[in-house]
Amino acid sequence: MTTSEMLLKAAAVEQARGVKYAARKRVNRIALVLALGAMAFGLFWLFWILFETVRLGIDGLNLATLTQMTPPPNDEGGLANAIYGSVLMVGLATFVGAPIGIMAGIYLAEYDTKGWLASATRFVNDILLSAPSIVIGLFVYTVVVSRFKSFSGWAGIVALALIVIPVVIRTTENMLQLVPPGLREAAYALGAPKWKVILSITLKAARAGVITGIMLAVARIAGETAPLLFTALSNQFWTSSLSQPMASLPVTIFKFAMSPYENWQKLAWAGVFLITMTVLGLNILARAWAGKNKG
Amino acid sequence: MQTAIAQNSKISVKNLNFYYGKFHALKGINMEIPEKKVTAFIGPSGCGKSTLLRIFNRMFELYPEQRAEGEIMLDGENLLTSKKDVALLRAKVGMVFQKPTPFPMSIYDNITFGVKLFEDLSATDMEERVEWALRKAALWTEVKDKLNQSGSSLSGGQQQRLCIARGIAIKPEVLLLDEPCSALDPISTSKVEELITELKNDYTVVIVTHNMQQAARCSDYTAYMYLGDLMEFGATEDIFFKPKRKETEDYITGRFG
Repeated sequence: MTTSEMLLKAAAVEQARGVKYAARKRVNRIALVLALGAMAFGLFWLFWILFETVRLGIDGLNLATLTQMTPPPNDEGGLANAIYGSVLMVGLATFVGAPIGIMAGIYLAEYDTKGWLASATRFVNDILLSAPSIVIGLFVYTVVVSRFKSFSGWAGIVALALIVIPVVIRTTENMLQLVPPGLREAAYALGAPKWKVILSITLKAARAGVITGIMLAVARIAGETAPLLFTALSNQFWTSSLSQPMASLPVTIFKFAMSPYENWQKLAWAGVFLITMTVLGLNILARAWAGKNKG
Repeated sequence: MQTAIAQNSKISVKNLNFYYGKFHALKGINMEIPEKKVTAFIGPSGCGKSTLLRIFNRMFELYPEQRAEGEIMLDGENLLTSKKDVALLRAKVGMVFQKPTPFPMSIYDNITFGVKLFEDLSATDMEERVEWALRKAALWTEVKDKLNQSGSSLSGGQQQRLCIARGIAIKPEVLLLDEPCSALDPISTSKVEELITELKNDYTVVIVTHNMQQAARCSDYTAYMYLGDLMEFGATEDIFFKPKRKETEDYITGRFG
């Protein structure tokens, strides 16, 4: 081959590369535009929701909202009993549900990873995870409410805990599985017993993820209405007895927003604002936590 | 094959077979690992050298499909059939892994974790033990002012020395090192190698390595393994300079492997 032939060939290769590269660049640009578009679409609705919530919610929000009881129609009042009921029921449901979920998650990730019992548990848990919450509400209604012949805070807690458990099981299992096997082996190699390895090493290494899971579960049940409608129902007044019907923010919002009374509607928006901000805050907190404790 | 070594042996392996499920990974291994010396296992990937190492502290028992048959005598007792708790064996036979695995806790707690499993030390005794272990692992001067920082804040080489310190803090008699330098840069590697030479004054060290120079530099005895067989075992200079078998020579000289 002569030198000029070689040069010609090199130029041809160069040109072919250029064509390929231009095509790849085009595809890249299209993909980028589509991805940005999808993101903008999602964010648009999210911010609209947040904007409306703030715009309408902040109007009904004042000190009375936090300190006074839910009022009769066309009267002054607040959401104190609903807030208290929500905090109490969500808190206790998490207190009951999170440990059960963590323990079941540990079982699935550390003890029985491949057995039939684990597979069955995982399958059932997935169903429970995606079960409509109204089904859980009706279930607790038949099992607790109709047996004790009364709507009660306890029934609400049971229903909310049943939603917490599968979420926590799933996140705990996933987070524990992310812990590198080498870390476990290193702990066993020092002669540590299994329970010690799980408690001090694996669970500790996965704690940020596990706590994030719990916070997400809390965020989820804080806004659940359906399971409370059939269990805790609602209460016009302050009650700290869990064996009585108990007010909660979501049910109060449901009731007030459907009403024709303007002051109720205002309070409903204030409630929506409170829940949204709490859930938003919890999510941000969970993310910050997970980010800080990665290393 | 049987290789006699004129030394006190710490671990003696007799007719050891090992299976991953149905796969026969180690085939009738016999060897005597001398006390207070460094013994290196070399051989191409998949030859069974790490597998053999992980039998010495019964690490394989974590995985139900793995099983070992034969005899491994440690201080006159077959550790495979011993009725003693495996934790006691692992207190005697420490292990350091390929990748550094600092526990998710402070540097100080990383060291005390293992010690607390077997001993109740007073606060001052514990501090002394931590300093002793970190000095032994040539890490003390680098971390003495940040013992409360997370173990994972250290560099890779420091993390590996932390793992070695953690291993020797419980005062084992045997130290198993599974490719301890493969994730480290040359400077950290040379530090760990110096450390290995230092350690053999007190411990019986067994090291698995892919790096033949490393085996040549810091071991007293070398075992060449291939496809689950122990091909040749003897003093390191004999294995490297006058190997008895053609296969060993081919591997050592880089014609194969």
